[in-house]
Amino acid sequence: MIPTPDLSHLTRTDYEHVYEPAEDTFLLLDALEEDAQTLRDSKPHICLEIGSGSGCVSSFLGAILGPSNTLYLSTDINPHASRCTFLTGEKNKIPLNPITASLTQPLARRLSNAVDILLFNPPYVPTFEEEAAEAQHGAGLQGSWAGGSDGMRVTDVLLRQVKNLLSPNGRFYLVAVKQNNIPDIQKRMRDDGLQSEVVLQRRAGREHLFVLRFLR
Amino acid sequence: MVRLITHNLLACHVKRCTTNNFPLQLKDVQLALREAEFNADFLRGFMPRLEWTALVQAACQVGDDSLPLEAPEMVDDEFLKNLHHVLLEIHIEEGAMVCPNCQHVYPISNGIPNMLLAENEIG
Repeated sequence: MIPTPDLSHLTRTDYEHVYEPAEDTFLLLDALEEDAQTLRDSKPHICLEIGSGSGCVSSFLGAILGPSNTLYLSTDINPHASRCTFLTGEKNKIPLNPITASLTQPLARRLSNAVDILLFNPPYVPTFEEEAAEAQHGAGLQGSWAGGSDGMRVTDVLLRQVKNLLSPNGRFYLVAVKQNNIPDIQKRMRDDGLQSEVVLQRRAGREHLFVLRFLR
Repeated sequence: MVRLITHNLLACHVKRCTTNNFPLQLKDVQLALREAEFNADFLRGFMPRLEWTALVQAACQVGDDSLPLEAPEMVDDEFLKNLHHVLLEIHIEEGAMVCPNCQHVYPISNGIPNMLLAENEIG
């Protein structure tokens, strides 16, 4: 049993700006824990989390893989989230390397076919399109969940990049909800040469949450 | 924290800035040194992912000339110790990274790089 990262340093004020770990976060942690041995055996060099928020997920991955075996990179469009990610890494003795950026923008050139573990718990909640666009522009708390008409506004952008990011043994974990049209996501990724399966699913209140795992 | 291992992976991504956009030049940097756990296997495995010349150049910019100009084919313990220090123990706390091509300035504050672009700069 791998303990949930210590987040006791984060305050109510932090959670006014940064997504507080919730059922979707914990489902992703559970999926990573189920794969813990496989993840260790794959000896990853580069892990990248998109939208790292509080830093809970990257710290948890760090607890699985150890502080010095791999490079933990993360991006978030929200500078407050980058700060929280950094602090959560420190608190849990995992050297996280947060970068304030949109998705993979500054890393894409150098991380071509280089990412061994890619993680994304995206803004998946279906909203009005304008709401999602404004939320990304505002780069605050709302940007962590508002996902546009099918909840795929931000995820779609990343999905197009995955095949260029993953290393030959790379794997990608994505959180999604039913309204995101999971069979369609899987079909599109299959067209890019990536096999996938639903590794976990859970109902949490109104949300039917999934974790998808994609392999080269 | 911006360490040279991260710096080695960041490129300018301003619209139409696609050549000579890497490595970003370090400017007005304030450094901190922090010990990190030594892991020879990680360093050996990571070497093929590095742009060596960019790393040596960045190390010089922060005052470390311990690395050879060319990546060695045979790595010994002393080399790995130096590589460990350069990649993982030198932290850039404040300063900026400047694109050698378009001169875009990416600030580093409290150890975190801000790579966001304005809407009209995104490619």
